[in-house]
Amino acid sequence: MIVGEPATNTTLSLEELQAAGNLRTGRKHVLSILVENKAGVLTRIAGLFARRGFNIDTLTVGPTDDERVSRVTLTVDGAVHPIDQVTKQLHKLINVLKIRDLEPEGTVSRELALFKVSADGTQRGELMQIAEIFRGSVVDVTKRSVIIEITGTTEKIEAFEEMVRPFGLIEMMRTGEIAIARGRTET
Amino acid sequence: MRAVDAVMECLKAEGVDVVFGLPGGANLPTYDAFVDGGIRHILVRHEAGGGHAAEGYAKATGKVGVAFATSGPGATNLITPICDAMMDSVPVVFITGQVRTELLGTDGFQEADTIGITMPVVKHSFMIQDPNEIPRAIHEAFHIARTGRPGPVVVDIPQDLSRADINYEPITDVRLPGYQPTLEGNQKQIRQAAKALAAAQRPVIYVGGGVVNANASAELVEFCTTDRFPVTCTLMGLGAFPANHPQWLGMLGMHGTRAANYGMDEADLICAVGARFDDRVTGKLSEFAPRAKFIHIDVDPAEISKNVPAHIPIVGDAKHVLAKLLIEYRALTPDSARLQAWWERIEAWREKHPLRYEDSSDQEIKPQYMIQALYEATGGEAIITSDVGQHQMWTAQYYGFPAPRRWINSGGLGTMGFGLPAAMGAAVGCPDRLVCCVAGDGSVQMNIQELATCAQEGIPIKVFIMNNGYLGMVRQWQELFWDGRYSHVDTGKYPDWVKLAEAYGASGMRFEDKTTLVQDIKRAIATDGPVLVDVRVTREENTYPMIPAGQPAREMVG
Repeated sequence: MIVGEPATNTTLSLEELQAAGNLRTGRKHVLSILVENKAGVLTRIAGLFARRGFNIDTLTVGPTDDERVSRVTLTVDGAVHPIDQVTKQLHKLINVLKIRDLEPEGTVSRELALFKVSADGTQRGELMQIAEIFRGSVVDVTKRSVIIEITGTTEKIEAFEEMVRPFGLIEMMRTGEIAIARGRTET
Repeated sequence: MRAVDAVMECLKAEGVDVVFGLPGGANLPTYDAFVDGGIRHILVRHEAGGGHAAEGYAKATGKVGVAFATSGPGATNLITPICDAMMDSVPVVFITGQVRTELLGTDGFQEADTIGITMPVVKHSFMIQDPNEIPRAIHEAFHIARTGRPGPVVVDIPQDLSRADINYEPITDVRLPGYQPTLEGNQKQIRQAAKALAAAQRPVIYVGGGVVNANASAELVEFCTTDRFPVTCTLMGLGAFPANHPQWLGMLGMHGTRAANYGMDEADLICAVGARFDDRVTGKLSEFAPRAKFIHIDVDPAEISKNVPAHIPIVGDAKHVLAKLLIEYRALTPDSARLQAWWERIEAWREKHPLRYEDSSDQEIKPQYMIQALYEATGGEAIITSDVGQHQMWTAQYYGFPAPRRWINSGGLGTMGFGLPAAMGAAVGCPDRLVCCVAGDGSVQMNIQELATCAQEGIPIKVFIMNNGYLGMVRQWQELFWDGRYSHVDTGKYPDWVKLAEAYGASGMRFEDKTTLVQDIKRAIATDGPVLVDVRVTREENTYPMIPAGQPAREMVG
């Protein structure tokens, strides 16, 4: 019997329910979506993910070289098959022009992050050294804190976060990933 | 010109001859435009009735249905028809009023976020922000609703924008760069499909509502009869292949025939045309048609391999693809004799397991007989609509539909209360044809108010209530799968349907005797204007055969 069939006259255990719900895990997907620059487009896209219970990990929206067109880049964690169904549904949205499910190997992806770290005089030097190693830059300094800007892959930013956390991470802002296909072909 | 007058011009340019709707504050300007607009408007008694009527109109005529409602509660009352049209791919344009732009998002009187609420259940929607956009939005809405896989489109127009004075120029082109449905079908894939079909020993053609939507019945029949392909239709596909044809196996799925379901189970090749492998068709998915390879023809690429992986996927419109498939298939000159053994097996199932029921020995009307009597009284030539439940399944089983667009029901969403307003819409769209609604006593009351609309407008639908005093299908499931613990399924003996019909200005009748039923039905049909008939049938009759939910097809019971 299928879980949830109304004919199933048996009480379901919580474990059974969980087992049925936990079938969707897998690799990270970076979807690059070209959309018409119109009101409500983002809601339509997000709604398709919400309907299937997919959590969007990061989402960025920005202009392109054509003002009528915007680029949405979103990353999702999901099994390959359900993602395939979601991209098919995305294609059906009238305002969606083009979708690419980018392969990590064939893609350059970047994220920008701002870290506000507590740093009094003694710690400031060490922090700045770490920032230099990560090719970050200090964009704000006060007596008790610094703000460091880092650009890179998600992994690099997470590595930096790990390094500075012991100093006292006050807050962190991340943009979410943008991605572009390697080589001559357009994303 | 006022934007609302431009709306009327756009509707006329789209060939709209009738609109179903109900006015309110936010669409007062629109309704003012109807006064001189030159378009017939039918005032419904509830927006859901208007929405379903537009669906019935669209399904019967193949044209785009149109329903109007005001903002807030008017628009929310349309949600069920919108969702229904989405599930069954019905081309309908819904035009809703909205509060003035300065009130948007402030919880203004009768404000609801119509675009937000409907977003998951529309093919597309337009939130008007500039009155000059209105004509283009209307034309794009019709284009989107009718092309590709048809569906509902909502246009939400704020009251102030609808009153604006705009420069209206007729629009002759529609430009939607993100919307270009594939209709033709890939020639190489079609050739492959033809080869697979020519080699198949045990093929079945599995036909869905997509063939009806594509007006591809003639192509389907020609293709299926070019060889002796066995054909089965889904609930939505009934009529796409004539039910009296010798190659017809009957409907498939939960309440389908054994010949159709066993045929699918043992097939080596299944060619799905405009069908979507719904759970009511497949039963237990992991054991569905275990020996088969699949050709899947669908205009919607998202349907292909959604539930069942397709070996030969073909994205395209059924009309185009079937015509090309026929040419490719004929070029192969396959030997029909290879299907002889398969047909012998199918004939054996047919002989052993025809649709059957135990008739009463007295005057009691069995529900199945009621449908057979309706068929006899109408010569099988009526447009039949239904609600949802046992009566719907019996109608699908026992009224052999000879042609497409004769069977109008709510398949995907399973909307109770669909039948009566849908019949109204079908009758408006096809005034020369007899339109009957087979309703359940449980569901008909959900939109009974439209009888008043029919009486006022002289829409002569004939509604036959299959009255067993139960929510019959739920009762059946409680009997079969929940140990007979009946929970809130007895609808009792109210209302008095004859009096109710008369109160609404329709004719009311009550039939209780099977020996005179065919004559009685003929009498109801011959009566002018709308007629509501209370047909008393056996109370506890089950719809068989049946694949118990979640079981494979070969486990059919009854």
